[in-house]
Amino acid sequence: MRFIDTIVQGVLLGGLYALFAAGLSLVFGIMRLVNLAHGDLIVLAAFLILLLTSALGLNPFLAALIAAPLMFTAGWALQYLVLNRTLGKDVLPPLLVTFGISIVLQNGLLEAFSADSRRVSIGTLESASIAVGQLNVGLMPLMTFLSALAVIFSLNQLIYRTALGRAFRATSDDIVTAGLMGIRPQRVFAVATGLAMVVVTIAALYLGTRANFDPTSGPSRLIYAFEAVIIGGLGSLWGTLAGGVILGVAQTVGAAINPEWQILAGHLAFLAVLVIRPRGLFPRAVD
Amino acid sequence: MSIALPSFKVETRSGTSSLAALTTVAGLALALAAPLIVSRGVVQDLFFILTMLVLAQNWNLLAGYAGLISVGQQVFVGFGAYAMFGAVTLAGVDPIAAILIAGVLSALLAIPTAFFTFRLQGPYFAIGTWVVAEVVRLLLAQWKALGGGTGTSLPRDATRDMAGVDIVRDLFGMKVAAANDALAYWIALLLALATIGFIYRLLKSKQGLGLAAVRDNEQAARAVGVDARRMKALVYVTTAFVTGLAGALIYLQKARISPDAAFSVTDWTAYVIFIVVIGGIGTIEGPIIGVILFFLLQKLFADFGSWYLLVLGLIGILVMLFSPRGLWGLFSDRTGIQLFPVRRKLIGGPLEHMPKGGPNG
Amino acid sequence: MTAMLETRGLKAFYGDFQALFGVDIAVAKGETVAIIGANGAGKTSLMRAISGVLSSKPEMVVYRDEPIGALAAPDVLARGIAMVPEGRRLFPSLSVEENLLIGAYGRKGQGPWTLETVYALFPILRERRNNPATALSGGQQQMVAIGRALMSNPDVLLCDEISLGLAPVVVRDIYAAFPRIRETGASIVIVEQDIAQALKVATRVYCLMEGRVTLSGRPDALTREQIHQAYFGAPCHALH
Repeated sequence: MRFIDTIVQGVLLGGLYALFAAGLSLVFGIMRLVNLAHGDLIVLAAFLILLLTSALGLNPFLAALIAAPLMFTAGWALQYLVLNRTLGKDVLPPLLVTFGISIVLQNGLLEAFSADSRRVSIGTLESASIAVGQLNVGLMPLMTFLSALAVIFSLNQLIYRTALGRAFRATSDDIVTAGLMGIRPQRVFAVATGLAMVVVTIAALYLGTRANFDPTSGPSRLIYAFEAVIIGGLGSLWGTLAGGVILGVAQTVGAAINPEWQILAGHLAFLAVLVIRPRGLFPRAVD
Repeated sequence: MSIALPSFKVETRSGTSSLAALTTVAGLALALAAPLIVSRGVVQDLFFILTMLVLAQNWNLLAGYAGLISVGQQVFVGFGAYAMFGAVTLAGVDPIAAILIAGVLSALLAIPTAFFTFRLQGPYFAIGTWVVAEVVRLLLAQWKALGGGTGTSLPRDATRDMAGVDIVRDLFGMKVAAANDALAYWIALLLALATIGFIYRLLKSKQGLGLAAVRDNEQAARAVGVDARRMKALVYVTTAFVTGLAGALIYLQKARISPDAAFSVTDWTAYVIFIVVIGGIGTIEGPIIGVILFFLLQKLFADFGSWYLLVLGLIGILVMLFSPRGLWGLFSDRTGIQLFPVRRKLIGGPLEHMPKGGPNG
Repeated sequence: MTAMLETRGLKAFYGDFQALFGVDIAVAKGETVAIIGANGAGKTSLMRAISGVLSSKPEMVVYRDEPIGALAAPDVLARGIAMVPEGRRLFPSLSVEENLLIGAYGRKGQGPWTLETVYALFPILRERRNNPATALSGGQQQMVAIGRALMSNPDVLLCDEISLGLAPVVVRDIYAAFPRIRETGASIVIVEQDIAQALKVATRVYCLMEGRVTLSGRPDALTREQIHQAYFGAPCHALH
């Protein structure tokens, strides 16, 4: 029974990691850009939600609803004004610029909010749980997982069913020919990063309400997100969810054996997948 | 029509480099004598500059020349430091010998590390190196004999009885602490000079040419017989060796270690990346300029805490966006000066007289 | 003749390499103009410069009295100039139908071309609408590329090497669609290595050599000798 409980907790935790990873996966799929500041942007969104809840007394879910368009705008501007300039054959500029952004965000947040650990309070929801058979499943972890499902389903609908999604795929295939179709790649990229920031806001809502966070929490979220993407296989959003789940289960199983091994077990699972299936479990992208 | 065969000569030296050689000799003499001239505080500052320079030159070789962008080089700093601590406190090895052991062990660690990370390309390689660094940090935090997660200190008598300390004390009449600093400084100086010398010679050699070819166009380089993977792996292991040496040396001086400090992304990777980027990536001069600037900025603004890092990050971003070849690149483009000329020049051939950009090329 | 699309002393560069050295061509409304020339003569560069893939000085390309030489490809398309690029360049991640739909991405307003009318023009595409575009035969892929360009309802259609690598019978099928395209009033510029094919469909021909126009005129007014001279830079007999 305890074993099943551990697995269920791990699967639900995987939902959170899939939320961390979905934005990273989306942006990489469209413009082959890996944003090293992705984790710090999640933390930034968490602080934004914290600010809205504490200053305006808003419910965290409502706060996230307000934060989402703000984060979309920030992502759009970041891509259009800064990151678009770094795209090209050389992988060095985007990496170093996003690394710089990561450092700037971390230290900016440190100045603004101090190094203290924070948490967004959601009242009684925090400890609410529902009984499934003999298992007690926390309501927030369950909602996190369902949100991850909803986010990935919506992103897939967007990419495979809409004109914007066609433009995403066409631009990713061949940027010059996309221009001949009237697609402006710079704007398509900006919209994609904006959307990734909306997903980041949803991830931040659950990060902030489920656990403590501080200005330096970003890099480890980036690493979890990255591991989920690689385990799942580049370019597949459902693969990313599977990657998140594998990572989550590995961590809870590791923690069940020895609490100090939680993070380590996740990393080891990632390295194991890297050795057995270097291109991930469900690879789609050719490169 | 008959064509007279022109005589070609390939040169990498330039006029300014001879002048630079003279100044270098004078500078070297001064650098060697520094512990006898300046205060202990200055010697410690110089030690810091030299060790950061070694880390920067290594990261530059890795990212700027071999195209291996790592954000996980802290793994070799931390591992080297822990290897040295382990050798000194658990096996009773002399610290100087322990530094060498640390370098060798770091190079050995690079082999399994490469086994994992070389499966990842470009940006994914970068984060992959970071994951490996995290794994090693978490594993070493389990090593209770070296203090686990909270860390430990070097036994005092280990550094006092370090080989060479007595000689330095007797020769220059220094106290133990000052002799320790002086010795660490000389090792750092030797390491920095050897690193620069090694990289310079590597880049001028046939292997260096192959490396440049791989960086410019990996497929084309492969087509003409350059084994890109082997070249990259060799550079990776070599930089691991030197970075491990530097890590051990830095922590010999600090004499106190903890996993979080020894594997700090900020201290051993972020700073190093900013030094290289701001100074000028892909040049030997760049990291030298970068580390001096970095030191001055730190002296001036260290009291401002995170503002300092924030500004450093902003400068790094701006340089990457608007002057991707860094300060040295700007200077070198304007003046044509190269202190370490590695670009090959064809001398005496007809190419020199060809106008640039003819109809076919 | 009043030209709808003109290039005036058009120069185009790839970095340091100059591909066009002052090219003047003019295309009137409803006209079909063929550009011929050997490999490397600058035909594709000319198409790329007009469509905005290669940038030039504003006044070097004039469309409806507006200088468009410095505009980016999406802005050129928005004004009514669509291109069928060399090598078709279909999007491998998109199905046949999605490739056609993406052609309408930059469209403003209505026009004769919709999914239905494109399928009517190339019925085989309707059957294969859900296939990945790159799973089709070369000829069918070329139909998708032409249909995709038509979906923007262009006033000028640029076709770069549409018969390259295709069997003669397939080429005939594709050119059979041209009268219908012309009926919509669109001007067509085709780049063609097959001189006979070019002379057959075009109302006027330009010959390029080494980035310059060496000959132009109506197909029936040009002699074989003239074309040879313009195409190869040497008289007919010199080659045999």
